[in-house]
Amino acid sequence: MTDFLQLLFSGLSTGAIYGLAALGFTLLWQASGTINFAQGEFVMLPAFMMLAFMSFGAPLALSFALSVGLSVLVLGWLFKRGIVDPLFKYGMMPIVVATIGLSISMRSLIRAGYSAEASPFPSLFSDQIYNIAGVTVTLADVGTFALALALVFTTQAFMTKTVTGRAMQAVAQNTESASVLGINVPRMIFYAFAINAVLAVAAALLVTPTYLAKFDMGESLGNKAFFAAIIGGFNNSRGALLGGLIVGVCENLAAAYISPAYKDAVALVIFMVVILFKPQGLLGKKEERKV
Amino acid sequence: MKKFQILAWGIAAAILMIAPPFLKNYGIYLLSYWMVFIIATMGLNLTVGYAGQKSLGHAAFFGMGAYVVALMMKAGLSFWLGLPAAALICFVVGIILGFPALRVQTIYLAFATLGFNTAVWLVMRNEEWLTGGTYGINGIARPNFFGMSLEGNLAYYYLVLAATVIMGLLLLGLLRSPWGKAFTALRDNPIRAESLGINTRSYTLLSFAIGAAYAGIAGGLFASLVQFIEPAPFAVGSSIMMYLMVVVGGPGYFLGPVLGAAVGVILPEWLRFAQAWYLFVFGSAVVLLMIWLPDGLLSIPDRIRAKRLAREASAARAASAMGAKV
Amino acid sequence: MSTTRHHERTAGQPVLKVTGLKKAYGAIQAVGGVSFQVQPGEIFGVIGPNGSGKTTLFNSMLGQITPDEGKIELNGEDVTQLGPLELNRRGVGRTFQTLQVFGKMSVRDNLIVAAQEHQGSMFSRMFAPGDSGLGKRADALIDQFRIRHVADKKAGELSYGQQKLVDIAMAFMSQPDLVLLDEPCAGVNPSLVGGISTLLKQLNQNPQIGKHSSFVVIEHNMDFVMDLCHRIMVMVEGRVMAIGTPAEIRSNKQVLEAYLGS
Repeated sequence: MTDFLQLLFSGLSTGAIYGLAALGFTLLWQASGTINFAQGEFVMLPAFMMLAFMSFGAPLALSFALSVGLSVLVLGWLFKRGIVDPLFKYGMMPIVVATIGLSISMRSLIRAGYSAEASPFPSLFSDQIYNIAGVTVTLADVGTFALALALVFTTQAFMTKTVTGRAMQAVAQNTESASVLGINVPRMIFYAFAINAVLAVAAALLVTPTYLAKFDMGESLGNKAFFAAIIGGFNNSRGALLGGLIVGVCENLAAAYISPAYKDAVALVIFMVVILFKPQGLLGKKEERKV
Repeated sequence: MKKFQILAWGIAAAILMIAPPFLKNYGIYLLSYWMVFIIATMGLNLTVGYAGQKSLGHAAFFGMGAYVVALMMKAGLSFWLGLPAAALICFVVGIILGFPALRVQTIYLAFATLGFNTAVWLVMRNEEWLTGGTYGINGIARPNFFGMSLEGNLAYYYLVLAATVIMGLLLLGLLRSPWGKAFTALRDNPIRAESLGINTRSYTLLSFAIGAAYAGIAGGLFASLVQFIEPAPFAVGSSIMMYLMVVVGGPGYFLGPVLGAAVGVILPEWLRFAQAWYLFVFGSAVVLLMIWLPDGLLSIPDRIRAKRLAREASAARAASAMGAKV
Repeated sequence: MSTTRHHERTAGQPVLKVTGLKKAYGAIQAVGGVSFQVQPGEIFGVIGPNGSGKTTLFNSMLGQITPDEGKIELNGEDVTQLGPLELNRRGVGRTFQTLQVFGKMSVRDNLIVAAQEHQGSMFSRMFAPGDSGLGKRADALIDQFRIRHVADKKAGELSYGQQKLVDIAMAFMSQPDLVLLDEPCAGVNPSLVGGISTLLKQLNQNPQIGKHSSFVVIEHNMDFVMDLCHRIMVMVEGRVMAIGTPAEIRSNKQVLEAYLGS
C-alpha cells in the first residue's frame, strides 16, 4: 500500500507538469485552432535559456524571470506573427506541419549549437525527504505538484474571473461575435500564446532538475502533453490538468505493476480508448461536425 | 505526353540504368537507399496526398515489412516469399488501422496513427524473443534471382530500381483509373463524394491498406539492403520524416515522393558529417516552405499558372469594364 | 455492387412518398408530421419561411438525419433508415446549397466521378480506363449545360455561375429517379436564374441522357419556383400548410397571409 501511495504521489507530481504543458497546448488550440507539435520543444528551449542566463552569473530567480520575458517574445509573439498568422487561412494542417518543422529545427539547433549531452539544472527545492505514515515523499514532488497546481488554478481563475480572461474565452468560442462586441481579437489570441510561453517556462523550471537539460527532452514531454490534453478534453482547460494527472499516475503505476518497458505505452492506450469511445475527452464538449 | 516530358524521362532512365556502374560502392548504396524510400513515400503519398488521410504511423509498416522479410529469411525461407508476405501482412494491418480513421477525424486521427506507430515500435524494442529487441537482427542476406546472386551493391541496386519502377507504374495505373478519381473526391469533399455513391468507407480503408503495403515492400527491400535492422529507424520520428517528405515534395503530385525522399533521405545521409545542422536547416526549410509553398515543391508550376490566370482574368475584367459592354 | 433500384414500378406509384415525418431537436419540433407524394417526372417545389422545417425535411430525405417518426418510400421501398450512400445507389441525386464541386479535377472528371460508382464493382474499376465508359454521357450533359468550352478546365478555376452548373450536372450523371435541389439559385447572379430554370425544365422534359427524373426543389426565389414547378408544397412551422399547383398556391388565402404577403 505504501508503495502504491508513493507511486501515486510521484505520479501526481510528474502529471502536474504534463498538465502544465497540456494546458498551454489546449489554450492555443482553443484560442486560434493551432495544434503546436513543438510544444515539448517550447519547454526545452526555456530550460536552455535559463542555463544560458545562469552561466552569465544570474541567480535562478532572475534567469527564470528573464526567460519568461524572452519566451513570451519568441515563443509567444514571434511564433504567432511569424508562423501562425500567415498560415491561419490555409487551415490546420499547414500549421501542424510548420510546427513539426519547428520542433525539428529547435532540437537540432540546441544539439548542434550547444551540446548533444545532458546538462544538470538546479532544483527549486532542497533534497528534503518527508516520511508521512511510512510513505517516502520528496519535497520536490510535493513542491512541484503544489506549484504546478497553483499555476493551473491561477490561469483558470484568470480565464474565468477577469475581464481579459473572459474576453479570451469569448474569442475562443466565437471569434466573429467577439470582434463584433469590440473585443480586440488579435490581442486576445496573442495573450493565449503569451500564457502558453509562461506555462512552458514554468514547466521547464519544474521538470528539468529531474530529467536534465537535453536537446531531446521535449520529445517525450510533448507527446505526453498532446495525449493528456486529448484525454482530458481538447477544448477544455480543466481537462488538460486532469489528463496530465491521469497520465502521470497511470504511467508510474503501470511501470511498477506491469512492465517498465511499456511505460510510454500507457498514455497511448488511455488515449486510444478515449478517442474511440469519448473523442471529446473526459471533460470535453462534443464539437459539431459542420456539413 | 509532351516531347519535353518524354525526353526528360528518357534521360532520367538512361542515367539511372547506365551511371551506377561508374559510381563508387557508397554512391550505389545511396541510390538504392533513395529508391527504397521512394517506394515507401509513394505509398504514403497515396494515403495522405491523394486520399487526404492523416497518417503519422507509416514507419511502423516500413518496419513490419523489414522484420517480416528478415525473420522469414532467417528461418530459411526465400526472400521472394518474404516480400509478398510483408506486403500482405501490411495490407491487412493497414485495413485494421483504417477503421479508427472512419470514426475519428483529422488531428485525432493523426495522433491515433502516431500512437499505433509507438505501439509497434515498443513491441519491436521489447519483445526480444521475436525481434531481437534493441539488438535487432543482423546478417540478413541478399537474395538470389534465378540463380544469379544479388549480393553486390550494384546487382541489388538494379533489383531495387526495377521494384521502384514496377511499384510506380502500378500506382500510376491505379491513380489514372476510376479509383484515382474516387480517392481525390474522398480527399477534397467526402460529403459530396458520399452523396454521389462513392463508398468513402471502403476507399478510406483501402488508401491505408495500399499505402501500408507499399511501405511493407519498401521495408523488405530495406532489410536486405542494410542487412542489419533494429527498431530505431521505425519509430515515430521516422514516420514524421516520411510525412514531411510527402509534404515537401508535394502531396498529391505523382513525383512528389522522388523529390521528398531525396531531400529527406539522400541529403542527410550524404551530409551525415553535419547531420545536426542539416536537420536544423531541414526543419527551418519546412517552416518556410509552409509559409510560401504549402502545397510542396512540385506545386511551383501550378502556382505560376494560377498567377497567370489571375492576371489574365483581372485584365479581362478591366478590359470589359472599359469596353462598357451591356 | 449491384444497384437495387431498377425493380418494377407499378403504374401510378409515386417516386417519393413521405408519410407522417417528424423530427424534433430537444423541445423544438422542426418537422411535425409532414406527408406528400412526388409523381414520376414531376417537379415538386418546397417553399416556406426560414425555420419552417424545409432543411430538416430535406436532410431526412437525404439520409443525413434520421427522423423520429414517419416513413420515406422511394419507388415503394422503405428507405427511412438509409444513409446518403445507399440512397444515391437507389437513385437519389442531390445538389448542395453551397458549391461542392471537386475543384482540383477537370469538369469532365467531376461528371465522370459522379456516376462511376454506379456500375460494376469496385474491383472491376481498379486499373480500368479512367472514364468508366461514361465519356459519352458526360459529353451529352456538358453540351446540354453549354459548358463545352470549359470542360477540360479544373472545376475550381471556373466562375461561380459555371461551377453551379457543374454542381447541378453532377447530380444528374448517375441518372437518378429523384433529384433533390437545395436552393439552386443561392448566390447566383439574377441574370443567370432564368437560364437555370430553362435548363432544369429541359432536363426534366427532354434529358439528353435519356432519363426522366423527378425533382424536389427548395428555393426562396418565388418567381423561379412558380415558373418551374408542377406542384408546390408550402411549409410553415414544421407542418404542411398547402400543396397545389402554382396557380392554386398563389391564390390560397392562408398562404398569402402567412408567407407570400400581398
